[in-house]
Amino acid sequence: MHIPDGYLGPATYGAMFGATVPFWAFASWKLNRTLKARQAPYLALGAAFSFVIMMFNIPVLGGTTGHATGTTLIAILLGPWAAIISVSVALVIQALLFGDGGITAIGANCFTMAVAGGLTGYGVYRVIAAGSDRKSRRRLVAGAIAAYVSLNVSALLTAVLLGVQPLIEISSSGQPLYAPYPLAVTVPAMVSGHVLLFGFVEAVVTALVLKYFQRNEPAMLA
Amino acid sequence: MLALLSPLGLILPSLFGAGGAWGEWGAEEFHKLVGYVPEGMHQLAHLWKSPLKDYTVSGQTPGLARRGLGYVLTAFIGVAVTAGLAYLIANVLGRKNRDK
Repeated sequence: MHIPDGYLGPATYGAMFGATVPFWAFASWKLNRTLKARQAPYLALGAAFSFVIMMFNIPVLGGTTGHATGTTLIAILLGPWAAIISVSVALVIQALLFGDGGITAIGANCFTMAVAGGLTGYGVYRVIAAGSDRKSRRRLVAGAIAAYVSLNVSALLTAVLLGVQPLIEISSSGQPLYAPYPLAVTVPAMVSGHVLLFGFVEAVVTALVLKYFQRNEPAMLA
Repeated sequence: MLALLSPLGLILPSLFGAGGAWGEWGAEEFHKLVGYVPEGMHQLAHLWKSPLKDYTVSGQTPGLARRGLGYVLTAFIGVAVTAGLAYLIANVLGRKNRDK
């Protein structure tokens, strides 16, 4: 799901920076008001967790791989704004140090995986878990469904960003300048793996970690 | 602990003969897939040289064992840098509420 450099045209990656920066600003403002200094280690742990879980590449039929992001789990435990910041930190480090995701695509990748993923995951979780006891089974189901939906929203957005490139970025001779595959190819290719496999991986990881917190640190599940 | 297990993310795909993620090919792989490299992609693709590209330590050594070792090493580096930066940001953001 990490879009590399050269796949998105300037109009798209520029717009995605434009879309993401306000969320970073708002998340920082929000955390500035609510985050306590002693919670800083949690944010660091969240970012590290997200970084490392994205290294677990899982193969699917067809010769490609995918991974979970941990965004929903972080959003449930630390809130959506902390999730946006910590997953973004992981994505920026991945792009800068490891070439995983492009520099120009940092805005786009942070929007799909951190912003959209975090807000979707948190929203779905809140709706399904509403009014339930923090140690209830419904919390686990809510976390699993939220994680599944969130990852697929991220994947779909990524597919749309890639798929619109041949529509808007064409050379004078009619050749695509950046990612050449149309929506009809990118959407099925990206979404199938996430609907069938990676979404479930994200759901299981999220539910298992939530269960751990229910048993050992229920105070974290506000 | 997760970092120690991270080579699984390298070993599993190679067991199944899977390549990288869909839509994350480099320019060379791209040439093989569609027969040409789009102009704009060619220009942007080499914009940035990552010091630890694709989670490998310099000097691409063949063999899954060596690559696995490099993957763990880069996982540790990445986790440390990521956690450090996030901690720094969180500390700056949480400054106001230090006493609470």
